[in-house]
Formats: sequence, C-alpha cells, structure tokens
Amino acid sequence: MSDLVLPPPASANDPAIEVEKLQCGYDGKVVLKNVSFRVARGEIFFIIGGSGCGKSTLLRHLVGLNQPTAGAVKFFGRSFADAHPAARREVLKTFGMLFQGGALWTSLTLRQNVALPLEEYTALSAREIEEVATLKLAQVGLGGFEDYYPAEISGGMKKRAGLARALALDPEIVFFDEPSAGLDPVTSRKLDELILQIRETFGTTIVVVSHELASIFDIADRVIMLDRAHQGIIAEGKPRELAQRSRDPRVAEFLRRGDVLPQ
Amino acid sequence: MTVSPPFSPAQAAATAEGDRMDVRLAGTWQITAPRPSWEGVRGAQQPARVRPTTDGVGKWDSSLLLFLFETQQWCRGTGAYFDGEALPEKIRTLLAQLAASHETSVPFDRSESFLTSVGLATQDTVVKGRAIAQFVGECVLGAIGLARSPRKFRWHDCFDEMQQCGAMALPIVSLVSLLVGVTLAYTGAIVLRQYGGDIYIADLIGLSMVREMGAVMTAVVLAGRTGAAFAATLGNMKANEEIDALEVLGIPPVQFLVLPRLLALGVMMPLLALYANALGILGGLIVAFGLLSIPPAAFWAEMLTIVDLSDVSTGVIKATAFGLIIGLSGCLRGLQAERSAAGVGRAATSAVVTALLLIIVADAIFAVVFNALGL
Repeated sequence: MSDLVLPPPASANDPAIEVEKLQCGYDGKVVLKNVSFRVARGEIFFIIGGSGCGKSTLLRHLVGLNQPTAGAVKFFGRSFADAHPAARREVLKTFGMLFQGGALWTSLTLRQNVALPLEEYTALSAREIEEVATLKLAQVGLGGFEDYYPAEISGGMKKRAGLARALALDPEIVFFDEPSAGLDPVTSRKLDELILQIRETFGTTIVVVSHELASIFDIADRVIMLDRAHQGIIAEGKPRELAQRSRDPRVAEFLRRGDVLPQ
Repeated sequence: MTVSPPFSPAQAAATAEGDRMDVRLAGTWQITAPRPSWEGVRGAQQPARVRPTTDGVGKWDSSLLLFLFETQQWCRGTGAYFDGEALPEKIRTLLAQLAASHETSVPFDRSESFLTSVGLATQDTVVKGRAIAQFVGECVLGAIGLARSPRKFRWHDCFDEMQQCGAMALPIVSLVSLLVGVTLAYTGAIVLRQYGGDIYIADLIGLSMVREMGAVMTAVVLAGRTGAAFAATLGNMKANEEIDALEVLGIPPVQFLVLPRLLALGVMMPLLALYANALGILGGLIVAFGLLSIPPAAFWAEMLTIVDLSDVSTGVIKATAFGLIIGLSGCLRGLQAERSAAGVGRAATSAVVTALLLIIVADAIFAVVFNALGL
C-alpha cells in the first residue's frame, strides 16, 4: 500500500484509465497477466472475448473488488489499485458501475437505491436528494416507478434502475458488466442508445464488458480482446478495423461470426 | 389420425464366412430400450474380421453407437480387424469421436496426500482466523465511527431489525421459556420433595432462570431464528452482487449492513432475556402451585431471598454478549458465503453452528469470571 493519503490533482492530459502490466487472479490462480491499456476521456471502450477469458475478472480488478497481484491501475492519473483507503474512496466517487443483474438493494425502493450514494457522498437535503433520484430514474425511462421495489420490476428495468444508481453522482467513468445479458434484442438496443446518450450528454467515459457483437459494432469506439489461453490481450483497436484486417484467426473468428458482419 | 410406425426391437445377426463375420444390424436402436450385446451376438466365435452393416436399421441413437463401440473395442483387444466401411458416414464420425474421447479421457484425481490435506487445512484455519479478526476489527471501527457521527447510521434499518429479531421472536421465546421453567420445576420437585424442601423450588427456578437459562435459551432460539436469517440475507445479497455494489460505491458493507443488525441484537437480546426470565419463573410458579401447593406469594417471597439485582445483571450481561455473538456469526458467515444457492444454505447452517458453539464457550468463560469476581 502506498503512503499516499490524498490523491494528486488530475491533469487534463491524463487518460481516464491507465492500466500497466496488470496481473489478475484469484485463489492462487493467474487469469490474466501483463495487461496494459489506456482509455481516453469520453471514449466508449469495450473489453471483449469469449466466455471464461477473464473479462469480468479484469473489470472486478479495475474497480477494486479484487486486488491485483501485480501492476498498476490509474484513474485520471491517480493511483488506485495500491492506493491508501482514503485515496481510493476519493477515486471511487468518480465512477459508477452497472452490474450484470442490476444488483439493486432489494430492501430499498428504486428511489432509495438511487438516493443512497447521494446520502453517502453529498450534503444535499433529503428533499433535494429525492428530486435528484427522481430525475436520474426519469433519465433512464423509469419515471413513475420510483416507489417500486426491485422485485416488482422486470430484468430490463432493473438494469436501467442500476444504471440510474450508477449515474447518481454524475460519475466521470461508468463501467458496465455484460449490459445485454438476459435482455431481448430490443431492450438491449435501447440500453446501447442510453449508453451513447450518456456519453454525448455528459462526456462520460464508458467501459463495457460484453461479447454482444451488435453492441460492439454499434457503439464501441475501441476494444481490447482477451483470450483465455493467452491469458491477456490479443487485439486492440476499432472493432470494424479489427474485424476486417486482423490476421489473428481468434479475433477474426470472434468478430466475424454469425450474421453480424461489419458493413 | 396419425398412426405410429410399428416398433421393431434392436436386432443384430451374425453370419460367419471363414474368419470373417458379417453383423447385420436392424430394427430400432434406442437408449431407453434393451439392445443386443456384442458378446451375445458373437457367441463362441473368434472372427479375425468383423464387418457391421446398418441397412435394416430404422431409428437409432447412442444405443447403436454403444454396440458398435463394444464391438470395436473387442476387435482392438483381440487383434481382429474392425471393418466399418459399410457404416454410414455420420455413424463412423460419431464412433471415431467416442473412441477418441475414450482414449484421451483421464479421470480427474481429487485425492490429496495426508501432508497436503494437513497443510491446506492449516492454511485455511489461518485465513479464516485472519478473516474473523479483520471482521471484528471492522465492526469495532464502525462502532467508533457510529459513536462519532450517529446521524449517518441507518437507524431505520436498525429499528426494522429490532422488530424482526425482538418483537417477532416473542411468541417462540415465550413458549420455550415457559416450558423450560415448567421442566426445571418438575425436575427439581423430584429431589426437593424427598427432603421436605418443597419451598426451595422457588430458589432453584429463580436463580437458574435469571443467571443462566433465560439468557442461554433465548440465545439458542435467536441463533436459529435470527443468526440464520442474517447469514441467508447477506449471503443472498452477495450472490446478487449487492455487496459488490456497496463496495464499488465506497460504502463499507459492515457500516451499511452489519452494524444495524449488531445493534438491534445487542439491544433486543437482554430485553428478550429479561422477558424469558419472567416467563420461566411463571412456568415454575404454576408447577409449584399445582404440584407442590406452594402459594404464589410464598414462591415470590422465597425467590427474593436468594435472587438479587447482581444475578439479574449477570444474566443481562451474558444476553448482550450472546446477542453480539449471534449477530457477528450470522453476518460474518453471510458475507463469506459462496455466490450460489448452496453457498447461502451452507452459510446459514454455519452461522447457527458457529453461534451455538461460541455461546457455550462464552457461557463457560462467564461462569469462571463471575465466580472469580464473586458475582
């Protein structure tokens, strides 16, 4: 753990995320090694790859749910993976995360779910917090559902409510773990539009873990592709360019499968 | 109306010609129906070349493949030639897959040497011990934080838990305590009657309920009822990534989930124990009146000659400690649960076992300490 207590101020030139030689694993097993990449501010960045290649593991290590065994993660130039708890908490305020199933707190209503980060990190009055929570829910198309409990809404609505909660503190980076998982194509498409809208409205940096080709080609600015056997990144770039030009058969097979061929 | 095709059972007929054997397969080969065995078809013959044909086969599935594989393996073992040329392409492909997987499959050995098992168990104990110390430490730090800024505490959640673990537990605590008092009185009466000391049943009931049974029985009930519920709730939240969502927001789960539950149990346990004392004494009083004809006023007066406030306070101190033990065990096991339905079940069981074990250990320690202090 570093001696850093308060993070240095972020410079405008720093990338949103900087990952250097990260090694990820759990229970003594190495899942990914020597993973390095950068995500520019305002970019929609996808982490792609087949099942079991370590996409979600990488995401969990990025957001601090698991401790990397080696390497560094920086957000806006601020050290995170090995930072002091006080510094980590400062960084945590700058990002939100949408989990696969929404991960809403089931004992709280949708409004209370969105309000909790605001209660924790802001000095707003209870009435103001309620207004902001209502606004965030409206932004994701859940106006009128504020007093519903998570058990009373559909899977797609849970994801949108989870997104509203992730956006509660107007984060600079939003992480999405398999946003399309379990959703029908129409709902999935609407969620993609919502992601684009968030980036365009607030300039938010978006990091998405997905293997949904339609989403990758529709909204990703840049992708990295992970491979299970390689235990790391095997390709990095714009999805269409990778699909058309990559000579790596693993990349080509993944990006050109099915009917979703890039135009 | 559709008519089902006639079902003909799987058949295999062998025709020998010199050292060559033609095996004509026919009928419907289904895994759910009986099929001929290669040994039965071959009989005592030892062909050098076996040539199966499937011209007469209707519907087929893995049953046919198993027969052919059995034949092929026999040929391999005896050095005979398995001539599969007459088999359809898709059967030959599946047969090749089956043979390949048979050759390459290696049973996964999960056995461990004695030394490895001891090493892993030791490592596991150290890791678990460290996790418990870390968890208790986080709870203490959280409690200090709560004392400094009580406004940030989730009082609403705490009051909900108080209602769940306190008010909602009253019926079962009432029943158990009353019956414990009745049982103690009946057992005591057997001995005391023989010596003409009937009246001392009041001392027996009063002292044992107030010092021991009230707190212990309430703790046993709450370990099963509330400790398991805490573990199941938190384990389920972990499986649903709700705990992760808190951590990503920088909200410590201990502060958000554990402290309200611990405070609720720490407050409600002594109150429930006092209530259990009263019900247990009432049970004893009823038996004393019905069985030994001791008037309630005499029972009460005799009990007060031996039970004083220090006895009550020892029971209350124990109950508070037991409450914290139940809360800590339930929450710790819940937060340690594996992310699966089975993991949640195991966490609930483990919470109850851990709590009961620690309650008995703590009770023994309290007995020694109170004795040393003259309480």
